[in-house]
Amino acid sequence: MQELRDLASRLLGDGTVGVVVGYEEGPRGVRPAFVTDAADADRLVFDRRCVQNLAVYLSPRRGHLARLGKKAVVVKGCDARAVAGLLREKQIARQDVVVLGVRCGGVLRHESGNGEALTAQTVADRCSGCDCREPRLADHVVGDLPPSPPVSTRRADRMEEIERMSPQERWDRWQRELQRCVRCHACREVCPMCFCERCVADKTVPSWIESSPHGRGNLAWHLTRALHQAGRCCDCGECERACPANIPLGLLNRKLAQVVEERFGYRVTDDPAVPAPIGRYEPNDAQEFIL
Amino acid sequence: MSSAPNDAFEPRITAFVCNWCTYTGADLAGTSRLQMAPNARIIRLPCTGRIDPLFIVKAFERGADGVIVSGCHPADCHYTSGNYHARRRFALFRELAAFLGIDPRRITFSWVSASEGGKWRDVVNETVARVRELGPFTAYRELAGTRPCAAGAHELGGIHAGAEGSREQAAR
Repeated sequence: MQELRDLASRLLGDGTVGVVVGYEEGPRGVRPAFVTDAADADRLVFDRRCVQNLAVYLSPRRGHLARLGKKAVVVKGCDARAVAGLLREKQIARQDVVVLGVRCGGVLRHESGNGEALTAQTVADRCSGCDCREPRLADHVVGDLPPSPPVSTRRADRMEEIERMSPQERWDRWQRELQRCVRCHACREVCPMCFCERCVADKTVPSWIESSPHGRGNLAWHLTRALHQAGRCCDCGECERACPANIPLGLLNRKLAQVVEERFGYRVTDDPAVPAPIGRYEPNDAQEFIL
Repeated sequence: MSSAPNDAFEPRITAFVCNWCTYTGADLAGTSRLQMAPNARIIRLPCTGRIDPLFIVKAFERGADGVIVSGCHPADCHYTSGNYHARRRFALFRELAAFLGIDPRRITFSWVSASEGGKWRDVVNETVARVRELGPFTAYRELAGTRPCAAGAHELGGIHAGAEGSREQAAR
């Protein structure tokens, strides 16, 4: 942790960056911190509660942050995939950001897990089978490489449960989930890859996605949000964590990630040079579903 | 249809077709006097690449029981690659919709060229038969906020609403 603080302090001190986006202690667990003064770098922390994906603050939608100067952002290996996604889609330029990678051995499901140990029950869904403990897309990497996180089958089990259902059962299940949606769009705001300047859900003429929280609009919104994240979602799980209605949005993202991998051979990666699967095609893409 | 005098279920099918191949193919089916189910309402778009999955969602919202999406065969796209992009998009949409419980049998994707009037007839007839078996998509229509939509299909496109409405009135 001291290594991270020293690095942040040095970058701020010599004027390399204007702000370091990292984590600090908050009243309810860790929270994002914006450190602009080298003397303040001691606020920064990093441990297994640091679940937030800070790459969201690189998104061009967060224009107000640009006033603080060049950004350095603390990322875990999985968050680096969001940085790669933003680079891949030309939303940010590599020289405009300093990536501070932290070696990570898995995080908890919630930022508030006080003193909780990392077990198969408490670990975040995405950490199972983690292949990015070492952030590869970083200018600086700090920390020692911790052991692999515990393996949880929770998400795989829930996916399997839904895959076994009939269309009617799936419909009923998802309607039960989606009816709780209050359309706060927290899932969109927290997502580093939801970077449209104007969201289709905010368009009113014509109103493609009805904005009031009822079954029809909710289904259209969640279908569209997931679809727009296909081949883009970095699987940071922030949408699901931010959801006040506890809707398992990660399952929709997961489903599309599986389809994208099966059909287009694309897996989310921290290499920005790998082209995105959407907006691109192969003449011999599978088309068994087309008459 | 709820506006029908009797209660017999007639599937309401919305067909999104591309201008260059399938629309022309459907036109050929008509001029060739091929008999086919009259349930499909055709909406003509420049290209399958223009069809946002939200169009399909909107069709179901406004009371469609089934949807057909059809365009040029691969390598035949008037705009070179619109159908290739559409193919990737619909592959994803179809699987996600199925995951959410929208029966994939309600959505037909097909390639129909300008010379395939017969294939268009088959696509429509098969889709209508399949949706007839599945019954009305009441689950979608009953989602909170949905009005009973006798005029639902007409609201969908807007462009042809007046024409279709008056035709229906004239029929009555």
